[in-house]
Amino acid sequence: MTDQFLYAIEVMINGLMAGVLYSLVALGFVLIFKASGIFNYAQGVMALFAALTLVGLQKGQIPFAHLINAMFGTDIHYFGWELPAILAIALTAGVMVVLAILIERFILKYLVNQEPIILFMATIGLAYFLEGLGDVMWGSDIKTLDVGLPQGASLWAEQATSGLGSENFYGFFIDKLDIAAALTAAALVISLTLFSQYSKQGRALRAVADDHQAALSVGVSLRFIWVLVWSIAGIVALVAGIMWGAKSGVQFSLSLIALKALPVLMLGGFTSIPGAIVGGLIIGVGEKLFEFTIGPMIGGATENWFAYVLALVFLVFRPQGLFGEKIIERV
Amino acid sequence: MFYREAGDFKTSYLSDSQTFPIRFDRFRYYAVLAVAFGVIPFLINDYWASAVFVPFLIYAIAAIGLNILTGYCGQVSLGTGGFMAVGAYSVYKLMTAFPDVNILIHVVLAGMITAAVGALFGLPSLRIKGFYLAVATLAAQFFLVWLFNKVPWFYNYSASGQISAPERTLFGVALTGPNTDASVKYLVCLGFVVVLAWVARNLTRGTVGRSWMAIRDMDIAAEIIGVNPLRAKLTAFAVSSFFVGIAGALFFAVYLGAVEVGEAFGIQKSFLILFMVIIGGLGSIFGSFAGAAFLVLLPVLLKNVLVGGLGWPTDLAAHLELMVVGALIIFFLIAEPHGLAQLWRIAKEKLRLWPFPH
Repeated sequence: MTDQFLYAIEVMINGLMAGVLYSLVALGFVLIFKASGIFNYAQGVMALFAALTLVGLQKGQIPFAHLINAMFGTDIHYFGWELPAILAIALTAGVMVVLAILIERFILKYLVNQEPIILFMATIGLAYFLEGLGDVMWGSDIKTLDVGLPQGASLWAEQATSGLGSENFYGFFIDKLDIAAALTAAALVISLTLFSQYSKQGRALRAVADDHQAALSVGVSLRFIWVLVWSIAGIVALVAGIMWGAKSGVQFSLSLIALKALPVLMLGGFTSIPGAIVGGLIIGVGEKLFEFTIGPMIGGATENWFAYVLALVFLVFRPQGLFGEKIIERV
Repeated sequence: MFYREAGDFKTSYLSDSQTFPIRFDRFRYYAVLAVAFGVIPFLINDYWASAVFVPFLIYAIAAIGLNILTGYCGQVSLGTGGFMAVGAYSVYKLMTAFPDVNILIHVVLAGMITAAVGALFGLPSLRIKGFYLAVATLAAQFFLVWLFNKVPWFYNYSASGQISAPERTLFGVALTGPNTDASVKYLVCLGFVVVLAWVARNLTRGTVGRSWMAIRDMDIAAEIIGVNPLRAKLTAFAVSSFFVGIAGALFFAVYLGAVEVGEAFGIQKSFLILFMVIIGGLGSIFGSFAGAAFLVLLPVLLKNVLVGGLGWPTDLAAHLELMVVGALIIFFLIAEPHGLAQLWRIAKEKLRLWPFPH
């Protein structure tokens, strides 16, 4: 095997790992879109907010410290304790559930039966609000997130593959964090599938996704299901926030992963959980390979748009995405 | 009492089909124009021009453009920022390649180039619908911004990667460049706004506009009654991009003078203009103005209150501003999903009956 080929494989594996992370974000979108027909643009910002809250709780930051300082002229920043990672994660999950309840109570309740574009706009408004809230609560400086996930290159993968190429080839570079993320994502998808297939609430959730009115008529509480779905999406956002935050720090750019998840959604179809996973992997591998092969010829940094163009070209041939429900139009 | 159709007799078809059928509306329109052209240019200073009036006018053009596409033709686009960038870079290339030709012609040409690009990116809309299309237009946004960043020909190989507008004059008065007077900037933008709003208003109530609205309400049904969806959608994309391109050209050449593409025409700009359209009211020219005014004035107001009034640090104020803008958007959507234009319409209905309740 030539080195060039091995490098391409390495790029591909790393692309797969990146794809898993895209899928994690896309998963949150799909859950909400299926259950309520809302295209939740705030998913990325929810990940940022969750990560900020996690770091803040872990470090014992005082919420709204900047605001309090500005209003009362005090100078407070920390409570002075540090929480263990597990406790902080559990608390953050609790915060995301509360957030879901508040969103249902103050926004969704009033927007039932509105057009999809209005709901979409409302979630963009929510994204702005949460972005501001996260910054006001916890400060906008770049934070490091450490919940004890393994980091650094995986020596095992490096050694196992180092003999494949010529002398200049040192084996594959694979981040341990990426492997952890892939495993977490797999666990998350399996548990979500089990939940929606075998639990009572999961069945109610699928009923709502199928037909709002029919579900209502057999006694499923729409409002409870929405809170449930937004809570799950919040927790998925928390997981995505932890993974991305551990990888590249907790900062504003974290919320931009929502933009990377959109082409994944298009490719996989807005209504399909397997679609989100497969779409994420295709996009992850596709953009890394494109950057590796064609990128240097046309100036690089193609990752920004390649996913979109790929999804666009793909959609022209299959307008509902890979696994999306077939669009049937009636007059 | 004064706001009535009664007593305003129409004696020709022309006067029957005019834009403002009520006499009071007509007078108000002429009064607004008279103040805009006759009073404000003499009072305006640099702060008011660059903080309020010029951005308001330019965003109004862009909002009208997006409203044609989203509000009248029902195609949600998130690529507005990218198309504004096309307008800006076209006018830059034209300005530097043909320095002798009048800048105003260049701005119109830039709009036409953007229209062509917009129609190109509008082609997938024939297959892709709804949110899939909205996300697909993001492809235009990211691809165009990347293109203008990476291909040096577009920014004439300048070292910083920025483009900056050279000075161009009309009758000896500088229209672009650093020495432009505030009132001149204002008047140039105002001129474009008045002409373009007039064009948009008359397009949307003519044959083309009606076919757009038919497509918006249900494209299959429209096709069955004989509206050509290819023509309707592509003209909507082209006309919309023409407006957006002119807005981008003015934004660069007249308003800012120098731009960096990712900063000035990024995804945030697309969302901002979409907000203007939604808050102002989908499918309404007046709504585009109202939305643009609202979202240009709100940050200025908040900044003055928080930083100037309360003396809070600017970064905190910026974050609070985000929260307030977000909360207001949600509030508006809940209170009146059809935007400020609908409030205006309700107010006018009430005024017709006033002082009687029914």
